[in-house]
Amino acid sequence: MLAANFLLLAAVLFCIGVFGVIARRNAVMVLMSIELVLNSVNLNLIAFALMNDDVDGQVFALFVIGIAAAEVGVGLAMVLLIYRNRRSISLDELSELKG
Amino acid sequence: MLAAEVSNEVQGALELTSGFFLENLWLAALIPAIGFALILFFGKKMPNGGSEFGLASMAASLVVTSGAAWQWLARVDSGKEKGEEAFGLLQTFGRSVPRAAEGGEVKPYIEPVITEWVWWQNSGLEFGIGSFADGLSVLLLWLVAFISLLVQIFSLDYVRGDRRYTQFFAALTLFSSGMLVMVMAGNMVQLILGWEIMGLCSFMLIGHWWEDKYNSHSALKAFFTVRVGDIGLLVGTAVIYFASADWIAENLPGQSGFDITAIQAWALSGDSSASGAAIIVGASALFIACIGKSGQFPLHTWLPDAMAGPTPVSSLLHSSTMVVAGVFLVSRIYPVFWEAFNIANGGLSFIAVIGAITIVAAALLAFVQDDIKKVLAYSTVSQLGYMMLGLGTGAWLPAVFHVFTHAFFKCCLFLCAGSISHSGSHHSFDMKKDMGGLRKHMPVTFGAWIVSSLALTGMIPFAGFWSKDEIVDNVGNNGYTFLMWVGLFGALLTAMYMTRATYLTFFGEPRGAAAGIHHDDDHGFATEFHETILHAEDIDRELVTAGAPAKSLSAAAAHSEDHHDDDGHDDHHGDHGDHGPHESGKLITVPIVILAFLALTSGFANPTPLVHPFGVAGESVERIKTYVEPRAVPVDIEVVGGVSHADDHGDDHGDDHSEEALAPASVDQLSLVGNGVLAADAEGEDGKKEGCGFTTPAEGSVCFFPAVSHAVPTYGKIALALIIVLVGYALAGAFCVAYYGRKDERLVGLTERNAVARGGYLFLKNKYYLDILYERFIVRFVAHPLSKAAYWVNQNVLDGTVNKVGETSKNTGTWIYNNIDQKVVDGAVNGSGTVASETGHGLQSTQSGKVNQYGALIFGAAAVGAIVLVILNVN
Repeated sequence: MLAANFLLLAAVLFCIGVFGVIARRNAVMVLMSIELVLNSVNLNLIAFALMNDDVDGQVFALFVIGIAAAEVGVGLAMVLLIYRNRRSISLDELSELKG
Repeated sequence: MLAAEVSNEVQGALELTSGFFLENLWLAALIPAIGFALILFFGKKMPNGGSEFGLASMAASLVVTSGAAWQWLARVDSGKEKGEEAFGLLQTFGRSVPRAAEGGEVKPYIEPVITEWVWWQNSGLEFGIGSFADGLSVLLLWLVAFISLLVQIFSLDYVRGDRRYTQFFAALTLFSSGMLVMVMAGNMVQLILGWEIMGLCSFMLIGHWWEDKYNSHSALKAFFTVRVGDIGLLVGTAVIYFASADWIAENLPGQSGFDITAIQAWALSGDSSASGAAIIVGASALFIACIGKSGQFPLHTWLPDAMAGPTPVSSLLHSSTMVVAGVFLVSRIYPVFWEAFNIANGGLSFIAVIGAITIVAAALLAFVQDDIKKVLAYSTVSQLGYMMLGLGTGAWLPAVFHVFTHAFFKCCLFLCAGSISHSGSHHSFDMKKDMGGLRKHMPVTFGAWIVSSLALTGMIPFAGFWSKDEIVDNVGNNGYTFLMWVGLFGALLTAMYMTRATYLTFFGEPRGAAAGIHHDDDHGFATEFHETILHAEDIDRELVTAGAPAKSLSAAAAHSEDHHDDDGHDDHHGDHGDHGPHESGKLITVPIVILAFLALTSGFANPTPLVHPFGVAGESVERIKTYVEPRAVPVDIEVVGGVSHADDHGDDHGDDHSEEALAPASVDQLSLVGNGVLAADAEGEDGKKEGCGFTTPAEGSVCFFPAVSHAVPTYGKIALALIIVLVGYALAGAFCVAYYGRKDERLVGLTERNAVARGGYLFLKNKYYLDILYERFIVRFVAHPLSKAAYWVNQNVLDGTVNKVGETSKNTGTWIYNNIDQKVVDGAVNGSGTVASETGHGLQSTQSGKVNQYGALIFGAAAVGAIVLVILNVN
């Protein structure tokens, strides 16, 4: 029952994150939404680790946090460069494809 | 191995000396070949244009061949010295043959020294390349090297300043090398190799001044005419090879039908394969090659035209190399011709008939030539006829001896002609126009010419007397009385045409250039133009008309519209300061004098009449007979097989390498073959000749040479020959003085007044119409229709086929283009393009470049994946 609560929270967070990725136009907001998705996954990992009384899941969660930090670092750097080139970080205006 | 044992025994008994030069005789041909390459690559950079390489290589070749000749003499002598001892020892090995004390002179077979490397090997067939030293090859090798060296020395001055000086020496050196390769050949393949090298080089040398159309025409004529015969060489070699294959495989394992010794042994074996049609066909084919190469009757026409080359080339070609090749081939594998044409029983052979016709036909032609070199050319043809006549009637020894002596005096005569044109007649060879009275101006050339002419006509004691009269004598002795008279008639003609040539050149009033008149002083356009016209005329082979010849005497320098064949051929090399006739320089006179000396003395190499009837010398003076003529002695076949087997791979010099002479076979064999030791002159009880070439050699023995007989000269025959020659001199001399000197009215213009005389003159002047036959009839009526037919076939059949095929393929192509290419292939291509395009357009909207959209797709896909996963796991 305890685990189900964790999993429900994680699912809600995941959905909020996905919605943010799809719906937001600001690149920084998209990055933050991705952060939400990743953290929902972290919650899942820790919940299952508690459930199975195994520390592996928590270790995995720590790795995910590290990688997420790196990802945000790269992402923010790209956003910064896009802003410098285009004076905007709106993802709608980023497309140059003619389709 | 049994054979090895036998050969060892014989070797212990009869060891012949050999030597470095005999075993390395191949150096004599290799050095000039290297010299040729050096001239070709470095000649132009050398101070003397490469001629030093040619001279040095010929000198080295002369050293090698001289050494080999010396060692061959020693080898034969060692056989003689050890002969009795050997036969005595042989008895202790169970071979009993007559001792010298009982049976007379011991003359063992002297085995040739063979050095050979495998050249080509395939499926049991192999032939080698190397050297084959016996009396005949050593004699001719020395001759070729010697004459070549003298001719090259002569050329140093003669062609100095020529625009292709280097190439001239290169070709000359390769030419000598080719002849040396051919003469030292131990098998037919090497012989063909040398033969063809010579053919090529003669083409290059005759056409040396190819800018003149006449010269290149002559070179082509020489090449093609000889090639007609050369087909016979290939056919003959192949026929002999296959005909002899079975016998040789059975009796001489390790040898093949290409090996000269094997062919010789096979021809005299009496085997059924050596007496049927095959050997006749083979020998005839080979002799056709000799007709082409040695200028025998129907194919002699190239030889006079070969005069278009520089004089040293004519001299070399006509004395010791090219034209002697055919005579050499016949004498080399003489047993084949001996058997095929039944010379043993006095059969009237193809060779003898052709030789006899050639003697008279060519000698008659020499009368009407105005070009001094052409007189000599026809003289050569005639003398070659003597050699062939000798070979065709069993007179092997005099024929080969005549090759030897003829080389000296004919070479000398040609060099004299060159000297005259070089210094006396301002590069003209026309005796009527530009010569006369030269004896005062050119004493050395005149002296040498006289000596050589006397030698050629057969005056005692000059060289030709000893050799030519020997041929005639032997022809008669062998039962060919009619041919003997033909030979004597030829001697009369020879004496007459040489007298005429000598008179026109050296006596009488100087004419044209010899008198200091230079018809071509300015060397300008006019001269060039003039020559072109005349040569074009010559190529066209215009029929000489009756009017032309008579006029030619009345005003020597005035008319130049006829007989002007070779004028100017040699004036391609700069002008000389001195225009009047004068003696040539040392480089020209020294070779001439050396050759004249040999023309006087070379006959004493084999002066048979000195032994009998003159009786002033013993038989030892017959050196050619002793050292060159192969001994007609049956040889134990096992010895030959064993020895030849060891010899096939020439990597083992020295130990068992042809050191042993082969002893006559055992007594029971000898009783069957007659007295083998004395076979050369043996006659059976019923007067029928016996010995090698007459009776089949006994089982287990082979012969390499037929027991030719030798005539014994008598005072009567010698006197007859000399009288004929003197009559010739007198007749021709009287005619010349009357006709050319005093212009006797009964003679001048005779060819115009008398129909018979005119007919004869025209017949000769047009060279029996042979050239016309060849060029107008054979070329026109055989080659023309052939080429017409070929053209028709080409136009209608071949072109029709090709056109039809082309049209069909075009139609097919069009149909394929319209239907398959346009519809199927293009359809498929266009279709796939359209599909791709439409798909692209359809999917275009998904590729928006909008990140959110991509994200939605990713998560949508992930959601779908998750749902699938859940459904799968529920079950």
